[in-house]
Order: sequence, then structure tokens, then C-alpha cells
Amino acid sequence: MNPVVLTLRGRPDQRLDLAPLVPHRLAGMTAAEIERIELQTTRRRVLLGDVFHLRMGDAAQIRIEASCDNLDRIGHQMTGGEIVVDGDAGAWVGRLMTAGRLTIRGSAGPWAASGMSGGTFEIFGSVGDRLGGPGPGEVAGMRGGVVLVRGLAGERAGDRIRRGTIVVEGDAGAYAGSRMIAGTLVVVGRAGRLPGYLMRRGTIVLGKEAAELSPTFIDCGVHDLIAARLIAGFIGGYSARAERLFRRPLRRFAGDMATLGRGEIFSRA
Amino acid sequence: MRAVTVGGVRIDDTFAEAFGMRATAVIVTADSIRWARQAALTMTGFATSVIGCGCEGGMDAELTATQTADRRPGVRVLLFAVSTSELQKQLQTRVAQCVLTSPGSACYAGLEGEETLRLGNALRYFGDGWQISKRFGGKHYWRIPVMDGEFVCEATTGLTKEAVGGGNLLIMGRTARATLAAAEAATAAIVKVPGAITPFPGGIVRSGSKVGSKYKGVPASTNHAFCPTLRGAVDTALDPDTACVLEIVIDGLTSEAVAAAMAAGIAAVVKLGPRRGAVRVSAGNYGGKLGPHHYHLRDLLP
Repeated sequence: MNPVVLTLRGRPDQRLDLAPLVPHRLAGMTAAEIERIELQTTRRRVLLGDVFHLRMGDAAQIRIEASCDNLDRIGHQMTGGEIVVDGDAGAWVGRLMTAGRLTIRGSAGPWAASGMSGGTFEIFGSVGDRLGGPGPGEVAGMRGGVVLVRGLAGERAGDRIRRGTIVVEGDAGAYAGSRMIAGTLVVVGRAGRLPGYLMRRGTIVLGKEAAELSPTFIDCGVHDLIAARLIAGFIGGYSARAERLFRRPLRRFAGDMATLGRGEIFSRA
Repeated sequence: MRAVTVGGVRIDDTFAEAFGMRATAVIVTADSIRWARQAALTMTGFATSVIGCGCEGGMDAELTATQTADRRPGVRVLLFAVSTSELQKQLQTRVAQCVLTSPGSACYAGLEGEETLRLGNALRYFGDGWQISKRFGGKHYWRIPVMDGEFVCEATTGLTKEAVGGGNLLIMGRTARATLAAAEAATAAIVKVPGAITPFPGGIVRSGSKVGSKYKGVPASTNHAFCPTLRGAVDTALDPDTACVLEIVIDGLTSEAVAAAMAAGIAAVVKLGPRRGAVRVSAGNYGGKLGPHHYHLRDLLP
């Protein structure tokens, strides 16, 4: 099964909206129809054929080659299949994704995985602010699925997420897991200031001591929990580095007591 | 009734009559197999017969640390009942009183099924607001704070409506000791059959019953045709050389599991032989009109 391959001819001079390029929307379209898809975000019209070289294949798999950071909304509302991006991606990547597999071999911009509810989203490089966070006016961010960032994450990774699992293998910026409603966020590296800021429920696991932990998180002692083994068994399928964090007893901090306080931060004992 | 003799043991040309049941399974784990067994044993205590216990239950298999979700040793427990609502009630109360309470335990779904029963979804309220829901990998768990840490319990477990209860073997011998040896050999063989349990004490019943009684309101009474002390006084089903009858009752998640368990039991009795074990094997039925599942012994011979 050959994928549909889209090779960027050169860096476009405006940001492009790649939301239409998902497997379920390309299914059944001819090459000519795909080349006529409009991608512009300004008044100047840009057709797909103007900026991409298209090689047809089965639309269940899409490959975007020579990608750059002004391609936004890749994998928007993706419902299945696979998208692989060779290069960087812009903002809102994987937004509202419900299933399938999305891989960015470079780095991604802000609001990646925003509102995602299912599927697997892997970023080889780093990712901008508000990973998995809610869009404007939305109550909750990510609602399910797995996000794996091999590099660094910006500020507020996991902001207001409700469900699902985010693993950041590198460091995370300030306010990781801010306002979390529930779900799981693992930062293997060092988290910036005030992780779990105003989190209500949910689990944050830190591989290294955070730059500053809020005094509204209360030390509940060191525990070897069965739940940690279950999470480790699940995460081990995605990240061996994250799994290793769970192999020893962890110190549990309950919080954020400035709000509901049913959340928890685990860190090395 | 014609009988065939296999290895010196007479096998009656009859059949066991069994009934459709609702069943579920859970996997109970603990820090050691000793405590997993303890929780499972407690949970399946007083679960011998639906007549008086609400459900029938038993341990199906022991699992090694590599076979369980939390990588600790565990035991798979099966529960059988006559209705979904009774099964739900029994599952909930037994896990709450016997597994939740057992040191270091955790409880997971032991059966996949489109239909489910509430497990952690029912027990989570014990957490009094401190319970934590975790979903990942298509699974949903509840973490309930308890005095030795947390009780982890999967939210639901599967329900099957294909289960069969009441497969049975009647094992007859010349002495009580030899008959028990044969029955023990049979239950030891049946334990190895996946998806089947023998709910009675050690898998063996010495008080087989018939439906009804001379007394009003008594649903079941002693099966007098198989009581050796009444041999001369009633229309007996026993041979002159029979001094003891023990029954093995088998419940299975599928009809095939019950048939496999009965075949394994017969093979074990035959292997032990008539000198050290039983002289005759029969099975209980109600004439074939009550239960939809019939297991003819002649089809199950070794």
C-alpha cells in the first residue's frame, strides 16, 4: 500500500491551513481534485498543487515531505489512518484528532494535540506551548489518546486536559499540567516552575525535581503503588525512558490545594 | 441401563443434564500467590450451589506474574448465577467483602465481553470522594485509598450468557476411601481444564440432591436412590457392590469447557482403576426435559 506523498516545493510565503489533508477527507478523491484543494490563510489563494508535488497512493496513509513550521492544522479532526510529517509542523497539529496515528519527525508549534480525543500522536522533536490545551472558549483540552514528545515541551503542557496520556521525554516549560481536569502527564526531564498549577484532578509524574513546586501541593509520603505499575505497563509500549520512572517508589504530592486538590504529582523519592 | 466397561470401571450409558447460566470472571492479584489465593478462596467461600448461596464460584487458574496486568501473581475466579442481576449482586458483595479487604489485593476483569458487570464502578464509593479514576490503553481502573495503600480495581468485567452449570459425574466405589481417592483424582484433572470449576468443597459433593421433597417448601432433598444405607428400603440406583457415592458438579464458561472437564474427570477415574478407586461412573439428569445441555458419558470416554 503506497501512501499519498506530498512534497513541499519550497517554504510558502504565507501560513497554510492543512486541515483538509486527512485520510477520511482525501478518500475517493482523484489527483486532480486533491491538487485543487485550497490551503491559503490570507486573501491570496493557494492551491495544493501550487506548493506541493503530489504522488498519489492510498489516502489511508499520507506523507508530507520537506515540511516546514508554517504548515498549520495538520491532522485536523483525523478519524483514522496515518499521517507522517518529515520535517517541522506549525500550530494546532493533531487538533480534535479522534483516532489513527500522527507522526511529526521534526518539531511542532503551539496547541499541538489540542482537544484530541483518541489515537496516537508522536513528535520526534520539540513542541510549543499549550500541548493538548483547549482552544479559545473551550472548557477542556485533550480528552483521550496518547501524545508522545521525544524532545522538549513549551509552557503549560497538558493545560486543562480531561483524559488521555501525555509523555514528554525531555524537559517541560513552566506550569506543566496547569488546570488539569484529569488525565496523565509524564515529564521525564525537568519541569519548569509550578507544575500542576491549579490542577483539579489527574496525575503528573516528574522524572526530576521541578524548578519550583507550589506550596499548595502537600507531601503524602513515598509509596510503591499498584497504579504506578499499571501506568508503567501501558507507557512502556511507547517510551522506555518514561517506564523507568515508575520502577521505584515515588513521592506523592496531593494538590493543587488552591483548588479542588484531588490531583497528584509523583516525583522521585 | 447398559454400561460399557473401560479399564475395569463401568461407565453408565446415561447423560448429565445441565442448564444455561450467567457467568463472569475476575482476576485477583496480590504481592504473593499465597495472598492472591487467600482472597480468591474467601471470595468463593459459601458459593457451592445457587440453591442456597446465590451463586456458584471457584478458582479457575493460577496466574504467574507475567500473566497479570500488574505483574504480580494472581488467581482467576469464576462466578455463576441464574440471572444477570443476581450475578451482579454476588460479584459486588463478594469482591467488596473478600477482595477489597484482603491485604495488598487488586482486582481486574477476567473475561472480555460485550456485556459487562460493574466491578470498580460499584466499589469506588468506598473511597468516599478520594477515589481516583484512571483510563489508559482502553482500560478503566479505580484507585481506592485503603489502609495499606490503594485498592486498584478495574471498572467493569465481562459477562457471558453462554455459560453452563450442572455438568456432573457420579462416582461409585466399594469403600468410602477408594471412592474419595477416585473423586480426588477426577477433581485434580478437572482443575487443569480452563474455563471450568467445581464449586463444592474440594470439588466434591457427598449430598447429591433431587428436586423437591415430601415436606412443603423444601426445594431439594437427599437423592435417596443413591444413598447406600437406604439400598434395601427404596428403589435404589446402586449396585450391590457400591458402598459410597460422590458427585462432582462442574460449571463452565462454555458448553465445551464442561464437556472437556467431564472427559478429564472420567479419564482420571479410569486411570486410577477399580482396585484403588471407583468401580462405576454415572451422571445425574432429570429425564432430559429440564436442562438444554446433555453430556452423554459414552461421548466422553478416554
